[in-house]
Amino acid sequence: MLSSEKRYLLEVSDLRDVAIIGVGETRLGELWDKSLRELGIEAGLKALKDAGLKGDEVEKLYVGNMSAGKLIDQEHIAPLIADYAGISEVPSTRVESGSASGGIALAEGFKAVASGMEDIVVVGGAEKMTDVGEQEAKDILSSTADQEWETVFGATFVSLYAMMARYHMEKYGTTKDQLAQVAVKNHSNAAKNPNAQFPREIKKEFVKNAPMVADPLGMFDCAPISDGAASVVLCPAERAESFHGKPVKIAGIGQGGDYMSVHERKHICTMKATERAAKKAYSRAGIGPRDIDFAEVHDNYTITEIMSIEDLGFFKKGEGGKATEEGKTDINSHIPINTSGGLKAKGRPVGAVGLNQAVEAVLQLREDAGERQVNEPRYGLIHNIGGTGASSIVHILKRWS
Amino acid sequence: MKPKEEVGIKGYAGYVPKYRIKPKDIGEVWGEDGEVMGRGLKIESKSVPAPDEDVVTISTQAAKWAMQRADIDSDEIDAIYVGSESHPYAVKPTATIVAASLAATPHLTAADYEFACKAGTAAFQTCMGLVSSGMITNGIAIGADTSQGAPGDALEYSTAAGGAAYIIGAGDLLAKLKHTCSYTTDTPDFWRREGKKYPEHGGRFTGKPAYFKHVTNCTNKLFEETGKGPEDFDYAVFHQPNGKFPRKAAKKIGFSQEQIEPGLLVTRIGNTYSGAVPLGLAATLDQADPGDNILVTGYGSGAGSDSFDIEVTKNIKKIKDHKVPTIKEIISEEEFISYSIYAKFREKISAGGE
Amino acid sequence: MMPIPRFWREIKQRYKGIGSVCKNCEKMYFPPRKICPECRRESFQNMEPVELDGRGEVVTYTEIHEPHTEFDKHSPYIMAIVEMKEGVRLTGHLVNVDLEDVESGMKVEATMRKLGEESRDGMIYYGYKFWPVDE
Repeated sequence: MLSSEKRYLLEVSDLRDVAIIGVGETRLGELWDKSLRELGIEAGLKALKDAGLKGDEVEKLYVGNMSAGKLIDQEHIAPLIADYAGISEVPSTRVESGSASGGIALAEGFKAVASGMEDIVVVGGAEKMTDVGEQEAKDILSSTADQEWETVFGATFVSLYAMMARYHMEKYGTTKDQLAQVAVKNHSNAAKNPNAQFPREIKKEFVKNAPMVADPLGMFDCAPISDGAASVVLCPAERAESFHGKPVKIAGIGQGGDYMSVHERKHICTMKATERAAKKAYSRAGIGPRDIDFAEVHDNYTITEIMSIEDLGFFKKGEGGKATEEGKTDINSHIPINTSGGLKAKGRPVGAVGLNQAVEAVLQLREDAGERQVNEPRYGLIHNIGGTGASSIVHILKRWS
Repeated sequence: MKPKEEVGIKGYAGYVPKYRIKPKDIGEVWGEDGEVMGRGLKIESKSVPAPDEDVVTISTQAAKWAMQRADIDSDEIDAIYVGSESHPYAVKPTATIVAASLAATPHLTAADYEFACKAGTAAFQTCMGLVSSGMITNGIAIGADTSQGAPGDALEYSTAAGGAAYIIGAGDLLAKLKHTCSYTTDTPDFWRREGKKYPEHGGRFTGKPAYFKHVTNCTNKLFEETGKGPEDFDYAVFHQPNGKFPRKAAKKIGFSQEQIEPGLLVTRIGNTYSGAVPLGLAATLDQADPGDNILVTGYGSGAGSDSFDIEVTKNIKKIKDHKVPTIKEIISEEEFISYSIYAKFREKISAGGE
Repeated sequence: MMPIPRFWREIKQRYKGIGSVCKNCEKMYFPPRKICPECRRESFQNMEPVELDGRGEVVTYTEIHEPHTEFDKHSPYIMAIVEMKEGVRLTGHLVNVDLEDVESGMKVEATMRKLGEESRDGMIYYGYKFWPVDE
């Protein structure tokens, strides 16, 4: 028997290299005048345009979406979006894994190209959250936790993260100041992102004094409810340069799983799913955390960013808060985190998040990120969590040359 | 009604929610002098259930503790009767939920009783009959309520929440249920029509022709049947819709203030309806000694009274071995709330306005 | 809230804290599982129900200020992850206690309360919550 790591390497060697040749996204926010299908089409067309494609080259469409059924009472949305994008004949599939739907859709798209099944694949992520009231949208987010053993007893989605936060604070001395710094930093990055829902700086005192949502997390420790979509176009690396001058390579993918409920996890403030996903992704890319030049991590709550930068191996467990406070994740540091503004300030259209992250990573690796460009990055990592951490996916993207 | 075979109490326990509201805070909302109202009713505070408490949860907690004291397993329970005028469902028994929560299902008989404030003592009598006839080994009789008065109604000063559960069987008894009798008439002093949220009452009509007539006649009937009198009892527990009625009735029948004091909880927790007499008896048993005799007379509007002649056995000393809180301990845990929180808890107002 | 049969199926577990134990490795689970994650296939059809004692201690907690709609009347309220005496952990509401009096390691005991209701006219859902105990 081969160890699982060796098996991956073998598999990877049998697979074709895959490139991202186009990206596109909508603005994120409360987009009252746009429907889910319009959002999906807008992001998709922007990505096709970026790739220099007309549309009829597309062989397969994947759509990451968490909860159209509950949010807009519409299932079967992949063909719906394909249809209104004018490519109704193209096979399309929706991918769902809570808030990791987008990231995992990207992995599915990768597999389709890498395996040789398809050449041109569009992967989109779209979520329309504001057609229902804010409270209902939050209730729907909670449905990615275990309804039978968490939510039914009164737990809200954010309360489960709040319990991780308290555990982290008690175990490692992480402070509310450090949590607040995540929000301050991400808002500061979002201020340089024209697509961000909240493109403005906020003060730490403002975050700390915000109304409590689930102690110790206040309103500004939480990512917003957002509408939005993002899309990428994939093709075999060998053909990439014929479409785009600056393609980006997908160097490694890893997906991890864990217990559904937070209470089942021995280490309440460690996401094993992320650790597992990162381990595979690093191994497949043949690099380690120190080789990563920037990362988009899943910061649905401030504590999540702190936990994730530890679980991804950028900092030791328990040191994420301190590192953030010391500016070690700022845009000018050696590992800038969430240059886009993250879920926190760029926005959280749940099922699209993984693709929003991919768009940012591609822009950074092409050095097209404008004001928020990091210095000559080689590797970018994107990290997307489903629910409270029962699924997690990590992609490592690499600049073309 | 004398049981054919010896029957009695094997375990008991009460539960009262910890929230309290003062008459002053109720009166303030309705432009009345609540303190004067409270003094008139001899009520200093009344218990209020938390939003997640109802007759099922009160009954379950009390029954769980009563079983610990009786030291019996759930499969030894053959019957559960829950007496209440505030069952959470109009149709769907409280007793089945309580039975399931005690893991006593499915091999038992269960039903709900309603007889205004004496549904709990009615449950006592049923269990006595079933045990003494040999039909069952152990039954649980529960009296519990989360009674409500309409906002602004005089009842609002007294309607409270609480209950107690009794394991009734034969053998190792904490107290013997030696005799019982009832006095029943058709007297419309208090009622709630089907589909209505709050009860209606006959004001002062609830006094002389209702409470006092039934309590006095029933108690006297028990004296007649047992050949006993007030002097033969160490304690007496009367239904306590307020602090005034039971004191007045006790005096009229010939009991002293000392005899009724241990079981008089209404001053601190208000009128717990079907829970009132079971809780009063539990508080009395908590301090009773072997050989003590207790007279109990409940009252339910509509109307009827049940009286009991109870003798405490030497086993009463054993209950201290079990870590079940006494009634005194339970009611000493209190948190006072404002009328606005009370209104929210009792769903007089609700988020979203529905 | 949850439709009736979906709640009803787990009534015993939620009323009485019935978990499961793997007869292969003796490891206990709550919420109950049909498969032991340690023994996997070998545990299939080899899991037996087991009743929790009901006592445990707080592992971590939060006070919720923005609840789901049906919990509005409790707000703010405390949720905790509780480690039961038997070693299993679960999520539950802490009642009869204020935030400033809660701490990790605090001893608690299960009591049955209303969890919610299917709808305003619908079935009432009961299950375990926790309150502090001495010892």
